[in-house]
Amino acid sequence: MTGYRSIRDLDWPLLLVALSISALGVLQIYSATHETIWKDAWWKQIIWIAAGLLLMWVVTNIDYHTLLGQVYLMYGLSIVTLIAVFLIGTKVFGSRRWIPVGGGFRLQVSEFVKLVIILLVARFMTELKRDDLDWRDLLKIGGLVGLPMLLVMKQPDLGTALTYLPVLAVGILLAGLRWQYLAVLGVVLALTLPVGWHFLQDYQKARLTTFIDPAKDPRGQGYQVIQSKIAVGAGGMWGKGVTRGTQTQLQFLPVPHTDFIFSAFSEEHGFVGVVVVLGLYFLLLMQIVQNAQTAPDRAGMYICMGVCTLLLFHVLVNVGMVVGRMPVTGIPLPLMSAGGSHILSVFLMLGLVNNVRLRRFVN
Amino acid sequence: MFNLFSNKHNAEDLPASSLLRGDTKFAAGKIAIYQYVAVGIFLFLVSGFWNLQVQNSEGYSEAAERNRIKSLPLLAPRGKILDRDGRVIVDNHSTFSLILSRENLKPEHLQAIADGLHLNYDDLVVRLRRFANRPAYAPIIIKEELTAGELAFVESHRDPETFPEMELIHAQRRLYPKDSFAAHLIGYVGEVSENELNTAEFVKYDQGDVVGKQGIERQYNDILMGVDGQRQVVVDNHGKERNLIGIKEAVPGKSLKLTIDLDLQAVAELAMEGRRGAVVALDPRTGEVLAMVSRPAYDPNRFAGRIRTADWQEILKNPDKPMLDRVIQAQLAPGSTFKPLMALAALETGTVDENFTVRCNGGASFYGRYFRCWQKGGHGTVNLRKAIMQSCDVYFYTVGNKMGIDNIAKFAEMAGLGEKTGIDLPHEAEGVVPSTKWKIRNFRQKWYAGETISVSIGQGALTVTPLQLARAIGGIATGGVWQRPHLLLDPSHGDSGNRGAVNLDNIVKVIDGMYAVVNEGGGTGMRARIPGLDVCGKTGTAQLASNDLLKGTAAGRVMKDNAWFVGFAPRQTPEIVVVALFEGGEHGNLAAPIVADVIKSYFDKRLRTSPQQLLTQLPMFGPLNTGRTPAPPRTPEAFITKIPMAAGAQSQEEE
Repeated sequence: MTGYRSIRDLDWPLLLVALSISALGVLQIYSATHETIWKDAWWKQIIWIAAGLLLMWVVTNIDYHTLLGQVYLMYGLSIVTLIAVFLIGTKVFGSRRWIPVGGGFRLQVSEFVKLVIILLVARFMTELKRDDLDWRDLLKIGGLVGLPMLLVMKQPDLGTALTYLPVLAVGILLAGLRWQYLAVLGVVLALTLPVGWHFLQDYQKARLTTFIDPAKDPRGQGYQVIQSKIAVGAGGMWGKGVTRGTQTQLQFLPVPHTDFIFSAFSEEHGFVGVVVVLGLYFLLLMQIVQNAQTAPDRAGMYICMGVCTLLLFHVLVNVGMVVGRMPVTGIPLPLMSAGGSHILSVFLMLGLVNNVRLRRFVN
Repeated sequence: MFNLFSNKHNAEDLPASSLLRGDTKFAAGKIAIYQYVAVGIFLFLVSGFWNLQVQNSEGYSEAAERNRIKSLPLLAPRGKILDRDGRVIVDNHSTFSLILSRENLKPEHLQAIADGLHLNYDDLVVRLRRFANRPAYAPIIIKEELTAGELAFVESHRDPETFPEMELIHAQRRLYPKDSFAAHLIGYVGEVSENELNTAEFVKYDQGDVVGKQGIERQYNDILMGVDGQRQVVVDNHGKERNLIGIKEAVPGKSLKLTIDLDLQAVAELAMEGRRGAVVALDPRTGEVLAMVSRPAYDPNRFAGRIRTADWQEILKNPDKPMLDRVIQAQLAPGSTFKPLMALAALETGTVDENFTVRCNGGASFYGRYFRCWQKGGHGTVNLRKAIMQSCDVYFYTVGNKMGIDNIAKFAEMAGLGEKTGIDLPHEAEGVVPSTKWKIRNFRQKWYAGETISVSIGQGALTVTPLQLARAIGGIATGGVWQRPHLLLDPSHGDSGNRGAVNLDNIVKVIDGMYAVVNEGGGTGMRARIPGLDVCGKTGTAQLASNDLLKGTAAGRVMKDNAWFVGFAPRQTPEIVVVALFEGGEHGNLAAPIVADVIKSYFDKRLRTSPQQLLTQLPMFGPLNTGRTPAPPRTPEAFITKIPMAAGAQSQEEE
């Protein structure tokens, strides 16, 4: 089973694009933080990327079928860890998302649960006995994904919780669903939305109302959006240059190295830089889709599409937020935003994609 | 048609429960659609950037600049006001003012800001509304002279999360002397008002400018004011300054040197303490004003910031009219102080000579009406010298009647009565010199000869300001040169006087009478006597009731006569002429010591500064003879408000 694997067979275009984006991310983190208390973030990011590459290699070498075979064990572990976060987690900015792992490091569990969700959906969809999902299947997979979602929402971290949904949705749509079911699901969703509103935290409500009218609250939630749009707009066609963005450097931009890193990038590199980076993301995603299309089996296809959808959702929500076209949710921009857990998690996902790619040569 | 939601085309082969199901092509169509959706999402995102970065870049660039660049006004300190020896009368002290930047102002913050700064919320709202048509980036000062507590409030609340609209600037605030010292003369500053901005004098100023409102502050505002500068700085999100982009330094106002002598002013202030009236001292040779006091006065320090409406109402409603500068604005009958002028006019017109006598039996009838002399028993036979010395009314009734109103008016006008003296202060009053022309012009009536009788003793329609009287008598003292009084010390100040064609012999005769008033037994102004010094003077006791023009305004009040005294010294070469008006003082006799105090301190000082010159003239001086319990000795410096040693704001905690 090992003869078909070689370093040469890795998806090098995918890795090249991913590393290019990561490099631009490091540059932007440096530029945005070199005069602040986070000035160490750029080299820490490099370490995280290196660690990510290592983990990616490890994951690439464990046959994804083996991983799929252990998915319920991993799922169980995830649930236990998410509950553990409530008990021993570190509270930052009013939300309990991290567990300490020693050496001053802490990991955001919900980031790694993403991988489990992708594998879970892939296995579930592959094991379907019929051609499309019926109610029992829907409820079952819905419940399986819903439980960790609920736990993450309770941290509270609505943004990350929401990222699990598109993975499920794309799995369901690819597996097939009677249009009647879809219609009913739509109606149910429409009916539960107003009810769900009451279960949102105040700051989450504020984010949504502010999204609709940022000027209403120019110093609170709206402040971030307004400052971000100013930063982006001030970048113009060519940008102000590295370390020259006033919005970024004078800290008018909130968290310019994490959630709003693309805003900082836009200010300093302009529309041209934005098109280049969005182009890189597009290449990255299409490369993953290509891997899905050439996957050896359904399971591999579901894994690739899950990874792709998750990353697409991150890009859409994060970049959309930066230009005021999406509400502020605080989810990172894949590969660019500073942060250990999310970098590791993205490289693990890329590991899954490579894993699928390497196995296609058997068939 | 491709069915998105089910996969009918490979329904046959369903290897159940196999992770190795190989039919990967089953979703090819959906993946193709997925790719189109991804393209759509990326186009959606790119269009967002296109909109912000290409289409509307300019607006956002400006917003970014406004974010980072803050323009802070650098307020130009006003020039100091100095006395003739260069001593400081009005200074500035350092304070902090709070400005409100309206770009990021949230109306709901105003209440909290008003509370923190001890401001009235409604006043603050009104104030903001007044500035509504100024550009939003122009900050407005909402509170001056912050106390330590208020400073702490600002410092702890001006972060971006709380009240980022607050900004502190350094300001030089006016520091006026204590106890209303020279209040009317100096005036005060204040923020230019809406109404003033519409007038020609103030049109060049901007909303929010602090300008002189009264007195010297107003008269020489352009010299004192200076030009505000501006500082452009880069600030970060926390309002912290990062670096300086540009600075336009403020040009401080120029200092003004006045003709006022602090020592004399202090003596005059003390003499008038607790009284109603005015004192003015001139150098008759040049017109330089050495001292001028008007009482009651207001505290200009209350005006230096923004005066509260209630305080302002209280001042306006005060029946004693503390805002009135009596030296230049009180128009009152001069009473007997007019008599030297009458005497001069009579001699000059040849109506009488110095040997002409009148028999005074305590009164006389003219045109069917009996006019009394102030001395019930009469003065007996009175010539010019005695008439001045004892202020005989009957003598002047007779002379005035002989001379006629128009001759009186001619000489009164020659001495500068009935017109503004032209002193460099705003709002000077003109007074009234009645004449036949005046009567026709103002009342469309013929002058009745009987009216002349009252005017002859400085009553009737005749009104003067203390300054006019000082100038008129000073002109006589200097031999017929009536200099324009002025406050700005300017050694090159040319001769600006009216030179009347007056016979010096006649002047000597009048002055001789005035010498007798002070220095000879039976003179009415004996209390102005200073041993060793030739003080000449004239008392005056002016009735208010007989003054038709004042009857209306003074109605309902206890009307005591006003006491006047005008004196000058030395007799031969007069250097100082002083007028004291003591409202309700009953008799000019009571105003005389005030004049004597000022004259005496003038020569005391000359003796100190140039003893050689004066020793022969002035052997020895006794104590001040105010006739009142002497006030604890106070140097003029005691009035001058000292600049607080620590930060101005800290020593002013009380409120």
